[in-house]
Amino acid sequence: MPVVAVRDAVCLLGHFPALAGADLEVEAGEIVWLAGPNGAGKTTLLRLIAGLVRCHSGSVEVLGHDLAHDGPGRLRHAHRRRLALVGHDTNCYDDLTVAENLRFAVRAAGCPPAAGEAALSTFGLAELAAVTHAALSAGQRRRLALAIALCRQPELVLLDEPHGGLDTEARHALDQTLTTMAAGGGTVIFASHEAERAGALAARAVRVEGGRTVGGIAERAVERVGT
Amino acid sequence: MTFAGEAALVAGKDLRIEARARVVTAQVLPFAGIVVLLFAFALDPRRNVLPTLAPGLFWVAVLLSSLLAVSRSFAIESEHGGRDGLRLAGLDGGAIFLGKAAAIGLQLLLLEVVLLVAVFALYDVEVHGLVVIVPAALVATAGIAAAGTVYGVLAAGLRVRETLVPVLVLPAVAPVLLGATRAFELALAGELGGAWRWTSLLAVFAALYTMLGVLTFGPLLEEA
Repeated sequence: MPVVAVRDAVCLLGHFPALAGADLEVEAGEIVWLAGPNGAGKTTLLRLIAGLVRCHSGSVEVLGHDLAHDGPGRLRHAHRRRLALVGHDTNCYDDLTVAENLRFAVRAAGCPPAAGEAALSTFGLAELAAVTHAALSAGQRRRLALAIALCRQPELVLLDEPHGGLDTEARHALDQTLTTMAAGGGTVIFASHEAERAGALAARAVRVEGGRTVGGIAERAVERVGT
Repeated sequence: MTFAGEAALVAGKDLRIEARARVVTAQVLPFAGIVVLLFAFALDPRRNVLPTLAPGLFWVAVLLSSLLAVSRSFAIESEHGGRDGLRLAGLDGGAIFLGKAAAIGLQLLLLEVVLLVAVFALYDVEVHGLVVIVPAALVATAGIAAAGTVYGVLAAGLRVRETLVPVLVLPAVAPVLLGATRAFELALAGELGGAWRWTSLLAVFAALYTMLGVLTFGPLLEEA
């Protein structure tokens, strides 16, 4: 049974069809790269899988949960703890420190405090623990968002331009963490315009264009699709 | 984590943010003080009516201040996609509601203590019936916080949030203004039986809006 199964999904943002019949099937342990131009629907597809936007037609099954049938409003909070999404925003609070933002996420997810401390160290944030989110640079904020998402050890990780704003060291740490997660049975789906880096990380690429996917299900063989 | 634990986590987060940002102490409290002063200036020629009007003027000042507290509570969730973060955090919607309402309620209680002292002093009010005034203030504040949180999340995802919150919240909390004013008036007049009856009605209002919030906040947050 696939971890993610999106079939003929149509998603309207207002009257605009951000997804116009997208298909995507991802098995456990896969790292899948969503490629495609700006406005193609990559971010909406990730948010659809996370249950943050509604599917107007088609079907969406994530970790065995039928989102299209139940609707994101009924997505049980326990289910949400099994996945993580890092989008364009950090989902953090300006007036909380790095450690406080991380502690809030760790406690909300019911993870042990040690998970947060390990994530701080992995993403080079230990020395910034007492710094507020407002005082962080864009790259440091990105590292914090990734640390918060990954410290929960989710079964499914959804990332939108994960390498954006990261320095070389952080990019390496991220790739290593994602590869380790996938080797342990975790699933990663990420959107990226950095073809070389994404191609090296992903086992499979799916091109998204005009709200539709190419290679989402039928072309399951490993392929490289340029942006 | 338990339901109560999740609510405490959210309340703690909101209170910590407010303690650091000092919006309540630096902006909401001065705003409420100015409102109370303006009432005194406006009614200065008839200063003898001020003690009589004090309960109503106090609760009008509290209600206006609560709009700022509610707007602020949801503004912090709008920065950097905090609302998506809450949705993805895996917390129960009802617990998030209780946590946010509790944080708003605690901030309003702090404001009310300062404001009450100011009103008693500025409006020459003789203090009686504190035994009812305190519980009446507690349940009225719970009602304002619960109703404010329900309508705050309704407006949360909209660009017109700041202007929509007063339009939604003020009519909804009008019964609190009426009930709390009557409870204070009767308590100050020494009619404790009547004051307790109004306090009971305020408790019913708070309980109803708390139940409504626990049941609907999750779906409303998803649709915001």
